[in-house]
Amino acid sequence: MTITTPNPAEAPAHSDHAAHGDHTLTGFVIFLLSESVIFLALFAGYAIYKTSSPLWLPPGVEGLEVIEPLRFTVVLVSSSGVIYLAERALHRGRLWQFRAWWLLTMAMGAVFLVGQGLEWAALPFGLGDGVYGASFYLLTGFHGLHVLTGVLLMGLMLARSFRPGNYDAGSVGVTAVSLFWHFVDVIWVVLFVLIYVWQR
Amino acid sequence: MTSTTPAPPFDPRVLKAPHPVPGAPNNWRRFLSFNTDAKVIGLQYMITALFFLLVGGLLSMIMRGELITPAADLVDPTVYNGLYTMHGTVMLFLFLFPILNGFNNLLIPPMIGAPDMAFPRLNAAAFWMVPVFGVILMASFLVPGGPSGAGWWAYPPQSIQNPLGHFINGQFLWILAVALSGISSIMGAVNFVTTIIRMRAPGMGWFRMPIFCWTAVAAQAIQLIGLPVLTAGAVLLLFDLSFGTSFYLPEGGGDPMLYQHFFWFYSHPAVYVMVLPVFGIFSELFPVYARKPLFGYHVVAIASFAITFLSLIVWVHHMFYSGTPQWMRNLFMVTTMLIAVPTGIKVFAWIGTLWGGKLRLTTAMLFSLGGVFNFIFAGITGIMLATVPVDIHVGNTYFVVGHFHTVIFSTITYGVFAGIYHWFPKFTGRMMYEGLGKLHFVLTFIGSQLTFLPMHAAGLMGMPRRVASYDPEFAFANVLASLGAFLLGVATIPFLLNLVSSWVRGEKAPPNPWNAIGLEWLLPSPPPAENFEHDVPTVISGPYGYGLGRPLVDDEERFVAKAANASTGA
Repeated sequence: MTITTPNPAEAPAHSDHAAHGDHTLTGFVIFLLSESVIFLALFAGYAIYKTSSPLWLPPGVEGLEVIEPLRFTVVLVSSSGVIYLAERALHRGRLWQFRAWWLLTMAMGAVFLVGQGLEWAALPFGLGDGVYGASFYLLTGFHGLHVLTGVLLMGLMLARSFRPGNYDAGSVGVTAVSLFWHFVDVIWVVLFVLIYVWQR
Repeated sequence: MTSTTPAPPFDPRVLKAPHPVPGAPNNWRRFLSFNTDAKVIGLQYMITALFFLLVGGLLSMIMRGELITPAADLVDPTVYNGLYTMHGTVMLFLFLFPILNGFNNLLIPPMIGAPDMAFPRLNAAAFWMVPVFGVILMASFLVPGGPSGAGWWAYPPQSIQNPLGHFINGQFLWILAVALSGISSIMGAVNFVTTIIRMRAPGMGWFRMPIFCWTAVAAQAIQLIGLPVLTAGAVLLLFDLSFGTSFYLPEGGGDPMLYQHFFWFYSHPAVYVMVLPVFGIFSELFPVYARKPLFGYHVVAIASFAITFLSLIVWVHHMFYSGTPQWMRNLFMVTTMLIAVPTGIKVFAWIGTLWGGKLRLTTAMLFSLGGVFNFIFAGITGIMLATVPVDIHVGNTYFVVGHFHTVIFSTITYGVFAGIYHWFPKFTGRMMYEGLGKLHFVLTFIGSQLTFLPMHAAGLMGMPRRVASYDPEFAFANVLASLGAFLLGVATIPFLLNLVSSWVRGEKAPPNPWNAIGLEWLLPSPPPAENFEHDVPTVISGPYGYGLGRPLVDDEERFVAKAANASTGA
């Protein structure tokens, strides 16, 4: 629609070149479903190691501290509510309100990443310490990479909001990033239960 | 080459159309550019894939040269390990997947009446990753230690050996190439599925879609579900190889079996990713050349999804001899045998289509008939292999190699050849030479039987696979197989000659040379950049209405006349 200017005399009988651009969300949801399978595979691998590996915790390691990660979990999960507020503000045309909530979501994502980094730095085991260390760092790291991607994508969408009139009709990109963020949060909840709650 | 240009340079249609992008070259150089037109991308995929068919074929010739005598005398056994690893990887990831994505790109938009794919730029990006990981994989011949020798399965612990200690080694490059291939395939799959779900012509409900589109969705669904699992497995392998973890090392509490599960969860269904579109090609071609509607269209369509579902729960049959518990063996034996039901339905439907039909034995039809013939044979050996006691006896022998190649080459690649002969006129605007085509078929048919049948015998006698030297008692079968392989190499010559000479100076193709029914045949040959542009036909009946006397689309005569005019005017 945006690229071609159809002659009104030959007005298309159906939404012909809605063809280009309007399917982003369909495609993105398909991609997210596929992406979730990677996590499912890694979760399954973790569960198999946890239940069957003869060498699980590295020598001298008792387990993981739960309370501190729980705080950062609360921050990350509640950011899903904040991003919803941002989307609602955009929907109502309140651009500055959108930017404020959006920035807060980014900040909460960043806080989570910092918390993750602090936890990694304080742990007594490393990537090479048996299958336990390897699984822990791989799973949390792979998820952290998704959080980082989400924050960067949010930055991009925030920058785009400063182009005059760009978000007047809403933004598919904002909806997609928001979906991605919810996805990252849900994955973390499962991950938290698997790694931190299911320790004994 | 200018004959392939879809329209004269100043044709207003091209200026008005968003694809190709303004400034994109409109001659042969568009094949070397970041072009977003699905028809250009489709041909890019196919040309790249055919190049790698030659590479993979050359590797197999060297292997068969080695195996013509029992002793390891032509190449070093370590080199031989690299050869079969690269042969398998090239043929699957650089020949078959790309060439089938070529068919998807060329066929899906015209068949459903869409102007292009849903995401043209994503489409181009997915294609351009193919030459990139092709170069990465080929580069492993140049690194110290040579290419990976762990087979295309890359089972640990063999695949995490790194005796020379270089960070960039053959196995590292192999994992990188496979990961990039996976990303490219996921990008393609998102695109194909979205296009088919969202961009069908008015009136084209799911049960008016050509079977090729059904099989494309079914196959791409496997990519979306299976590939992430392979990616996860490959990431863990990369960590074990390069970063000292022990996911697959029992010393650190890891488990090499987990890799086998990850690998086969995708790589068994991957065979269905390749064979389903070929089932689609057979289902398209038989009605055209038998002049009859496809027998049991609805059932054939649904059987595609039955295959998708079952293909995801059969993977352990590759691990019957890997220390799998007995209950698991029994379970997966049953699921594996169940998959014969939907595939058998399809074979039955094709025979029902052919039965009493008025057969035209064109090259495309010959390859289809040959492909189904070989597939029935491969299906029977497949049932044998699904049986636990038989598999434990013949697993990892040449029986498996023979079975696998009868599927991958004698069925899937036959289907690919059939599709090329059938749709070449549509997308290049030129007819192929039937004589050369039939020569190609005859040589290929004899060559493939001669190559792959003796492998079954050698395997039943106990010849293990992946060996550079073998007991002299297997010599006769191996000499036959090697002669057959060289004959297959010779068979490629008329094929390439035919492709090049037809494209350059073949007879101009009419819009519908085979008198086929389908939206793509209502377009000029070659179709314009945006297929139907603003004049998309309304579909009013199901596909394959041969001999039923009802039009496929509303106002069909007008579209036929329009296509004819556009073809002669070009």
